Amino acid sequence: MTAHTAFVLASYGTSVVVLAALIGWIFIDQRVQRRALQELETRGIRRRSEVQADNAS
Amino acid sequence: MSETVSRTGRWVDLANPTKFLNFAGAVLPWLGVVTVLVLLAGLWMTVQAPDDYQQGSTVKIMFIHVPFAWLSMMCYTIMSLSALGTLVWRHPLADVSAKAAAPIGAAFTALALITGSLWGRPMWGTWWVWDARLTSVFVLFLMYLGIIALTRAMDDPAKSARATAILTLVGFINIPIIKFSVDWWNTLHQPASVFRMGGPTIDPSLLWPLLIMAVGFTLLFFTLHMMAMRNEIWRRRVVAMRRIAARSAERRGTR
Repeated sequence: MTAHTAFVLASYGTSVVVLAALIGWIFIDQRVQRRALQELETRGIRRRSEVQADNAS
Repeated sequence: MSETVSRTGRWVDLANPTKFLNFAGAVLPWLGVVTVLVLLAGLWMTVQAPDDYQQGSTVKIMFIHVPFAWLSMMCYTIMSLSALGTLVWRHPLADVSAKAAAPIGAAFTALALITGSLWGRPMWGTWWVWDARLTSVFVLFLMYLGIIALTRAMDDPAKSARATAILTLVGFINIPIIKFSVDWWNTLHQPASVFRMGGPTIDPSLLWPLLIMAVGFTLLFFTLHMMAMRNEIWRRRVVAMRRIAARSAERRGTR
């Protein structure tokens, strides 16, 4: 342990916290959007482009 | 020639949101695994790296500070290219890319400022100085916050896309200012020691951990950017589908 260890640990600690928050937020957002899409699809709602593609085929 | 055209065609295909989603779904698990492995290797090399004869153990802060600072500029450059995509080709995926990148860039810029400050205190004897490099990076952080606010200020992404793209391109002037601030002005921040004419001035025992950490964080950036882009495409689809649902419910109500 040197006199500067606290600064090194604080740097790595802050980076872990900030990056964990960023990654966590992206994963939560992913779950929210996936669930919303699934819920809309089970209600039978389709996007216009999907309806057009179905009509064309 | 035909091979070049087909290869270019394949990349252009990715600009289609549905094809991008398929591509991201296939690539992301692998990209995530490689990112974790490279970052673990970088951390191992960081632990093994010797202390610097002048900086002591604080040189280990450089292994994260420098990649964060590089990525803060790289992310803004990607956003500026996306802004060109929005203004020149008016492609919705370009706006998705810019909007998804902004919070990631802001996080990396904040970390560059925080870790720099934590290095500056024991090495310079101060947490902060208003020199050209530190101030221009702080301005970059404010630019990111402004862009994040603007992308979320309007409900319709088509309306905010143009304004965000113009603001992003105007702000790009700050990137060369950050890069060359240490040469143009007399700053407390040291000049470039890796990407410079005449090669790096760092000993290989410290240069390699730095480069591996930089590769690891760059991979992390691309992984997170791709994930955030996929979330944004899904978010826009959810909004579009809710509108369709509301319209059809209204039609049923008026009959």
